[in-house]
Amino acid sequence: MPLTATTILICAGGACISAGEESVKQALEKEIEKYALNDVVRVVETGCMGACSLGPLMVIYPEGVFYQKLTPQAARKIVEEHILKGRIVKEYLYKMPTGEVIPEAVEKLPFFAKQVKIATRNVGYIDPLNIEEYIARDGYFALAKVLKNMSPEQVIEEVKASGLRGRGGAGFPTGLKWELTRKSKGERKYIVCNADEGDPGAFMDRSVLEGDPHTVLEAMTIGGYAIGANQGYIYVRAEYPLAIERLNAAISQAKEYGFLGENIMGSGFSFDIEIRIGAGAFVCGEETALIASIEGRRGQPRVKPPYPAQSGVWGCPTVINNVETFACIPPIIVNGANWFRSIGTEKSPGTKVFALAGKITNTGLVEVPMGITLKELLYEIGGGSSTGKKIKAVQTGGPSGGCIPSEHFDTPVDYESLQKLGAIMGSGGMIVMDEDDCMVDVARFFLEFTVDESCGKCTPCREGTRQMLKILDRITSGEGTEEDLDELEHLANVIKDTSLCGLGQTAPNPVLSTLRYYRNEYEAHVKEKRCPSLKCKQLIRYVIDPTKCVGCTACARVCPVNAISGEVRKVHQIDNEVCIRCGSCIEVCRFGAISKVSP
Amino acid sequence: MPDLCTTGERLLNELDNYISSIGAKPDKLISVLQKAQELFGYLSVEVQQHIADALDIPVSQVYGVVTFYNFFSTKPKGKVQIKVCLGTACYVKGGDRVFERFLEELGTKPEEPTKDGHFFIHPVRCLGACSMAPVVLVGEKDFYGRVKPDMVPRIIEKYKEVK
Repeated sequence: MPLTATTILICAGGACISAGEESVKQALEKEIEKYALNDVVRVVETGCMGACSLGPLMVIYPEGVFYQKLTPQAARKIVEEHILKGRIVKEYLYKMPTGEVIPEAVEKLPFFAKQVKIATRNVGYIDPLNIEEYIARDGYFALAKVLKNMSPEQVIEEVKASGLRGRGGAGFPTGLKWELTRKSKGERKYIVCNADEGDPGAFMDRSVLEGDPHTVLEAMTIGGYAIGANQGYIYVRAEYPLAIERLNAAISQAKEYGFLGENIMGSGFSFDIEIRIGAGAFVCGEETALIASIEGRRGQPRVKPPYPAQSGVWGCPTVINNVETFACIPPIIVNGANWFRSIGTEKSPGTKVFALAGKITNTGLVEVPMGITLKELLYEIGGGSSTGKKIKAVQTGGPSGGCIPSEHFDTPVDYESLQKLGAIMGSGGMIVMDEDDCMVDVARFFLEFTVDESCGKCTPCREGTRQMLKILDRITSGEGTEEDLDELEHLANVIKDTSLCGLGQTAPNPVLSTLRYYRNEYEAHVKEKRCPSLKCKQLIRYVIDPTKCVGCTACARVCPVNAISGEVRKVHQIDNEVCIRCGSCIEVCRFGAISKVSP
Repeated sequence: MPDLCTTGERLLNELDNYISSIGAKPDKLISVLQKAQELFGYLSVEVQQHIADALDIPVSQVYGVVTFYNFFSTKPKGKVQIKVCLGTACYVKGGDRVFERFLEELGTKPEEPTKDGHFFIHPVRCLGACSMAPVVLVGEKDFYGRVKPDMVPRIIEKYKEVK
């Protein structure tokens, strides 16, 4: 690798790409070429840096200057001013809410400063396509330590002692899983990485796969050594083509360097990894369904036991761990179990990566110690509400999780505490909702998802969720009754108790948790036929305030169904019989004259 | 006009080459179907039968897998595929209204090509770009973030000429 004076790390995470990272990078490279700086400046595309709301963004080293909200024009100016003349371009620095601009945002911004990075320690710092950069940050040291100095039992002991729990959401102790699989009898054993990140609103696994693919390979190899497997599979969803591309590149590099394949590092241990691409079925995140899919079958779960530790891929003992779980393994081996235990809480040691999304200022990816309170996470790191309205609740755990209302934001984030509140840790998606979000509608949204994604094998999940959705449809369209609420609760409990797999068992959670905390909203829908958040279409009307309307006709022109009438410069009216409640009129009205009312 | 027969044969040949390169075993079924869909755009009964023969499994098993996974389609898709994200983050930020606007502007239904076969609207669950919600993905690469319903006609306009 040639030594260069300046390195520009440009974030190529999903959000930055969609915000135009490609054109910024091209402009950078063109400008660098123009000034013949190719030998002294290197542009590196990294994985997600986490601060997605500020994208596209980049950090220039050695100074560590953080530029955000970039455009091709900004890139040209930065090369001309910063790189050539050494002058920081203030207009693209991060502005604190106080108005102060800070160049070294990565150290000082609360968004970054409060984080502790273990699983995502390299994401955003290294070139994911360059194995040497991974090695330079202690990459493959853990594997070397394991193969040279540790027995498989010692590896398992270390992982057990660290207290690491499954980051896919259920929190099963990883070391124990490895131990059970090691002890199971079987000629062959397998290790599988579950990268079928399907929860809507979660993208932490994607960022690790795209930003630091080698850590997954290294950890799987360590796991393979510990349990006695020579073959690993990474099951990754088809929606992540970039992750697949980078994993493939990383696998060939690792083989080239002798970290994967036959006789790794001369230890006599051989291990290979194959990628299996999912085909769009949420249920395949469930381990037995995932196994069926790896084997080329319909991804339907089966009854457990036997657990995969006894009978997994091709009937052989199999360990299945999530991407983030694997990403914690190399640092645990290098730094020891006690170091890992010093972070987080007693029952949930370590960190967790969360994807903050929804109505929050700093959307993006953060890694924080377990036990941090929701308040710290949402307000200090997340920067609070992005809409100016009060945050009402946060939804964790996707379609298997629940809504946590703001009065519980002092709760520490760990597996047990979230479960007590009727939510779950889940894979780490956190969707922030404000007063405009109707909790009944949110519950309906998640149920629609599970109805779509139910594999259909067991009746409670297939039929039960469908009936629940019907009831919720009735309620949100103003046709619900009070008995419906009881029926909903009853059905939810039956589905929870009797479904075959995790998908069905947790599908009612969004309904149960909203019923628990927001029963008043449900009651408003059924008793008063009113949607307090003004979200449910059939329960709201659009009205024009005659004192504010100036008759500019903007609303009438934009209305797709011609529901608005009125003469120029005269107060307009909306015919609510015709209106489809699309909201276009509110968006175009510059006088704030149109509002929603319920009933 | 190209001879469709020879095009079809050429694609089948390519598929056969792929199958022999990864090994004609039943556990490769999903990979083979992915390749076939990439080549043909969708999985017709004929293609499914061909794959069943090649992997030596019943066509019912192929059909079972094809219909189980969202990724596979048994009907032709449009030339321009528009994925509108209806994941949670996009939904709370108005992705549903963007989706409805697409259907309205194109006069079509979800998962059905427009009458001229040009556009095809997929509702999808989470494209993993939640911080840019609501997001729309056209084709494989063109991302649109923070989409408002009013931006929909302009997005469509951009792809009308795509061949």
